[in-house]
Parts: sequence; structure tokens; C-alpha cells
Amino acid sequence: MEQHPFGQIGLTHEQVDLLEVATNFCRDKSPMEKVRQIMEGDQGFDQDIWREIVALGWLGIAIPESYEGGAGLGIGEIVPVIEQMGRAMMATPFISTSLAAQILLIAGSQAQKQKYLPPLCEGKIFSCAFMEAEGAWDLSNIKAGAIANKNGDGGSVSLSGKKTLVSDANSADYLIVSVMCDQRPSLLLLSREQFKDRLTRETLIDETKRSCSLNLDGIECNKEQILDTDKVAAALSHYSIVATLFSAAECCGGAKSVIDYTLDYLKTRKQFGKLIGSYQALKHPTVDAYVSYEQSRSLLYSAAHSFNDQGSGEIATRMAMVQCHKTLTCASDRAIQFHGGFGFTYDCDAQLYRRRAIWHGAVYGDGAYHKSKLGELLF
Amino acid sequence: MESSDLSESDKKALDEFSKDADAWFADHSEHDPGFMLPLTFMEVGDDRQFDYLRDWQRKVYEAGFLGAAWPSDYGGGGLPQAFQNAATKAMRKHKTPIMLNAIGLNWTGPLILDIGDEASKSKYIKNILSAEDIWCQGFSEPENGSDLGNAQLKAEREGDEYILNGSKIWTTQGNYAKYMILLARTNQKAPNKYAGLSFFLSPMRIEGIETVPIRKLTGEYGFTQTFFTDARIPASGLMGQEGEGWKIAMRILEYERGARSGQAGGHIMASVDSFAIVELARRAARDGSPVLEDPVMRDMLIDFMIEAQSLKLCDDRGQLLPLNIDNPLGLSLSSKLMKTEFALRVNEFAMTMLGSRGAYYVGDDNAIDNGLWARGYLNAFSATIGGGTSQIQRNIIGEHVLGLPKK
Repeated sequence: MEQHPFGQIGLTHEQVDLLEVATNFCRDKSPMEKVRQIMEGDQGFDQDIWREIVALGWLGIAIPESYEGGAGLGIGEIVPVIEQMGRAMMATPFISTSLAAQILLIAGSQAQKQKYLPPLCEGKIFSCAFMEAEGAWDLSNIKAGAIANKNGDGGSVSLSGKKTLVSDANSADYLIVSVMCDQRPSLLLLSREQFKDRLTRETLIDETKRSCSLNLDGIECNKEQILDTDKVAAALSHYSIVATLFSAAECCGGAKSVIDYTLDYLKTRKQFGKLIGSYQALKHPTVDAYVSYEQSRSLLYSAAHSFNDQGSGEIATRMAMVQCHKTLTCASDRAIQFHGGFGFTYDCDAQLYRRRAIWHGAVYGDGAYHKSKLGELLF
Repeated sequence: MESSDLSESDKKALDEFSKDADAWFADHSEHDPGFMLPLTFMEVGDDRQFDYLRDWQRKVYEAGFLGAAWPSDYGGGGLPQAFQNAATKAMRKHKTPIMLNAIGLNWTGPLILDIGDEASKSKYIKNILSAEDIWCQGFSEPENGSDLGNAQLKAEREGDEYILNGSKIWTTQGNYAKYMILLARTNQKAPNKYAGLSFFLSPMRIEGIETVPIRKLTGEYGFTQTFFTDARIPASGLMGQEGEGWKIAMRILEYERGARSGQAGGHIMASVDSFAIVELARRAARDGSPVLEDPVMRDMLIDFMIEAQSLKLCDDRGQLLPLNIDNPLGLSLSSKLMKTEFALRVNEFAMTMLGSRGAYYVGDDNAIDNGLWARGYLNAFSATIGGGTSQIQRNIIGEHVLGLPKK
């Protein structure tokens, strides 16, 4: 393997094992009929599958072994799991919960980590409420606030404002919320009792995803719910990069399956007496999508491998995101077109992938955004 | 063999070998012959360039950094492949001139070592490495380019000889070559076009073989058309059996495309890396400011950097089997398409950075980098067309990797 300044590629034994198990598990548990069935429901995932994921120990992958349920591996080991979930369009609160775990690991006090990480590994659902209606991807741009209660007992605060696009909030047991407190970004951990009546379900372009807006007005928090304010900035910027990597992984898996889905059609549909896959006008762009997918996957696994490398980790991650998102976008766009009249129907799965690509670009930043960030890192 | 498969003592030896190679190529990284050196083996256009590169290849071989993994009985180094890989890496790192005898080193040599007889190995291998014998390839014909299976050059058996009639085109270094790997038709009545083909190791400097240089779109030379008129070659040059030509030609294409290993090593094409275009973007100006400060150009530049990085990683990922389960042939069969199209487009992009000075060409004092980018762009078509056009590559990937119907 050669040394590259923007990240190397390599695999750990654990990644290989997880890739194999996740590939089989996601394929078996999440056929497209199941995806569409879950998509119609309110909850947006299947509790039984979630329990199996918990039993597989996947929620503890990147949590230190010192916490009950932690496997002590890294972010890179989560990547094959999310890639395969994306490939099978498997909807679960796995990404939300795994991202929240990263926040707790960086900004949680020892007591908070001890209290929350073991139940997280056991399947309690966590999510982060970091976004707001302005639509900024810069998570330090926060309008929601927290004010110390004057006659409150020892550091309690009152919240105000609104968070948006809170993934899986409808089923979350805990939410980590970002607010401004004394002009500093702060993070608070809310339990379901505190937020369950303040959620409004959002209508998303990706119908397999679930999110809510959260009205914070009037929520009271005690000081045990406040995360370490000195570590908030580091936690938020780490969160952005991890979220970008997970998004790239889900896009990469999705790109593989939308290409395979298109291939099935090109190999069975006949027009003018020939299988349409024999026409080069369809064959060649499908090959281009496939080649782009292979490039995406190399960048993704390099990002997974290099994630913790100083300097190259963020570059590799953003490069992977640009390419994976572009590939899912182009491959699903062509998938709709190449399915002809069927492609224009709701029943054709091509639209699910195209909508997913739009959702990823909107929630985690599109290619132009990540390239502008890369410009700052590269030049 | 991967370095991870080596024993501890071999690993230590490899480490030392790598250091030696790095130091040697660092010491020999200055090359300023006073004329432009070819960037690929397909651009050897005049005797000065040829003589210089032949001399350079011999030096590299004599220093032990070429054919390091070929059997020592025939002039190779007898070392594991990882050693040659380390030497090749050092060549690229120090941006040394290319290896001249590419068709010998990377196509013919591995073929002879894999399926040739003892006499051929003894006769040809060492002189391929030392560049004593230059090899060329006779595949494409004027009327049969991408449709290689339809090759019509006739080879008729007469006693201990075959008599050749017809012509080949795009013969790289045809005017310098002593030998050719040749695809010829020995049976006009075979059940299908492929079954009538045979594969030969043919001498070039005999009566009845004439080469005529082809002037490329750049105005330079590097290829010939090769005419065969009752040329008689020894029957011992037949590889395999009559009728096996197509199978062997496909094997050659696998060596060429990197899908099969055994090459002598050494780089045969200087690739444009992303640092070269970033460096150009820093010094090339648009309306008085560096191109790098133009947000649109910057965005495009980053796309190219991402693509360049992905190509390097795809090479590495080919060795990670668990990441090649879904489409085992995918990366190797896509490699040629990815790399050659990238080379074409990156040179084209570089030209757009030159402002009004993009109007100049090689030879004009005002041409930035002596016209390297425009020349590189035009020459890059040799790779998107030669060795199977990009359009044919897409058919191959579509049919052999993705299983799409041929018709």
C-alpha cells in the first residue's frame, strides 16, 4: 500500500467481520417490501429488528470497553454497518444513536457517561437536536437559548427556541440539544418526559427517514443535564465530521443497490425486440455510475481507515462525502430515467434512492459545501 | 506476493532494498538532456529520445531495479514481487524518465515467462530487461482497430516458416523494434473469426517487413504502420498452437490492463498527479490573480484532486479482497477506463488555467511549461483510444462485470 497525503486505505479484521455480518443481516431483514411497509408506518423502524441490532452489539462498537456494552473499536468499524444498512435501505435509529454517543464521549462528564452509555448500548434511543430553521450546516450557529433560573435551585435553566430536523425524535428516549447559554454554545441532555409533548413530525423528502421539530419553550433543565461547556465546540465539530462520514457510508451503500436495481431492469426489459441493457445509450451511463461507485467506495473505506489521522481524517471524510453523494445522486437520477414510464411511478424504487440523495445533501451538506471546506483544508 | 506474506528476514531485506532504491533514484533524478523527454513509451519520436531512454533503462536494470522479481536464471533479480514494487515506487517518486521497452517488459516478458518454452526464455528475457532488444506489438490493423478479433494479416505455413502478408498499424516504436508480438490469421475457414487467429513472436528486421512512421495529431512521431509482403518468419515463433491466437492476445491485454501480474515493473507513463495541477493553479494567473483564488476553478480543481485520490485508492483497494466480493473483476477491468479518461480531462482542465497563453504551443517562448499541457492533452487520446477505446472498455465492463447483454 502506498502512502497518500489525503489518507490511506486498509481494513481491520473487525471491519471485515462486521462487513460480512452486516451484509447478510441487512439483506435478509430489509427486503424492499419491508422497507416500503415500514415507510408507511409512524414509527419508521421495526422494534424487533432494533432488538436484534442491539443483540449484535453494534451500538457499542465505538464505545470504550470500560462502559458496559462497549466493544472498544473505532468509528471506522461502524462504517461497514452503515454502508450495508444504506444498501438495504434499512431504517433504524442506529445513526442517530451512534452520533449521540460520540457527543457523550467527548462532552459528557464521567458521571453522565457512566449513566447513559450502558443503556445506549442496550438499545435506548438517543438523538441530537442541533439544527435550526435557518438551514445552516454550521452547527455553532445557534439561536435557541437557555437562561439560568433566578430563584432556581443550584443551576437550573429554562429553554427557549426551536430545533428542527431532529432525527428519530419520535422514538427517542433522550435528546441532546444545543442552545446558547451566557453567549456560549451549550449542550443539554433531555429525557423523553421533557420533550415528548413538544415534538411536531416533519414531512421529509426521504420517506424512510423520521424527524421532528422540537419546541423548547418552557422546558426546564437541572444542572446534571448540562454537558461540559468547555468541550462543546470540540464535540460539535467532531460530530459534523462523523455525521459526514456516516452520511457518505449510507450514500455509498445506496448507490450500490440502486445500480443493481437498474441492472435488473436492463437485463429483463425488452423494447424493439431487444433487452434494453444491450443498447449502449443505457449500458454506458450505467457503467459510468458503477465506476463512480467503485471510486466512492475506495474513498469511503479510506476515510474509515484514516479517520483518526491528524490532518488527513477530515480531508478523506469530506472527499468521500463529495464522491458518495454525487454517485448516489447521479445513479438514482439515471435509474428513474432508465426505468422509463415505470420510473415515473411511485412503485418504482428508483425514486426512493433519488429522494434519499436529496435528503443527505440537505441534512449533511452538499458537494459544493464540502468542497469549499476542502478548499480551506487543502490550500 | 504482498509484503505482509514475507518472512521476517525478507521484510528486513525489503526494507533495505527500498532504501537503496530510493537513494539510487534520488541520486539519478536529474535528467536534462536538452530536449523534451517522452512522457509515455508511445511518444518516442526521434533518435535522441530513443538513445537516451535506452541508455537509462539499461542503467536501471544494471542497478538491479528492473525485473527484480523475474527469475534469476534469465537475467532477473529472483526476488519477491514486493521488491520490484518498491523500486517502481521510487522511480515514480523521483519522477525519473520512463522505461522505454514497455511492450517487452510488461506484455511480452510475462507472456514468455508464463507460457513460453525454455529456448524463448533464454533468448529473449535478459535482452528485454537491458533494452538490447526492443519489442513492439502487431495487433491493430487499418481496418480492424477496436474489432481486434477480425484481424486479417495472413500467415501461411510453408515448411519451417510462415509467410506473412498484410499490414499492422499503431505499432509503438515499430521503427526501433527488433521483435514483434503478432496476431495473424492462419485459418481463413475457421468456424468463427477468433478461431482462425494465431500468435507469433516475429523478427522485425527481415526482408518483406517495412515500417512507415505515422505523424500524430501533435505533429510528432512514435508509431508506425508496418507492412508485410511475403515476409518469412521461423515457425518456431508460434506461441501455443495454431488457433490459440485470440486466447493469447486476451492474455496480453490482461497484462496490459494490469488484470494479470508478472510485469517486469518500472513506470512506462508519467502520470499527472494532483499536486502538479495545484501547483499550476498557484502560479497561473487569471486577470492578475492566481487561478487558485477563482472559486469556480477551485471547485473544479478539488473535483480533480478527489478523483486522483480515488484512483490511487482503487489500486490499493484491489488488494483488499473483502472489499472486492460483489464484483471481483470490477476494479481491474475498470482501471484502464478510469485512468485514461482522467488523464485526458485533467490535461484539458490544466489548459483552461493558462489564460491567453493557452493559445501557444510547444516551441513558443510564451507557452507555459513549454506547452506541456496542450501536448499532454492531445497525446492522452492515445490511451483513451489505444488498447481498446473507452467506448469498448464500457462494453467490457458492462458485459463482463455487470452482466449486461451483448445484444
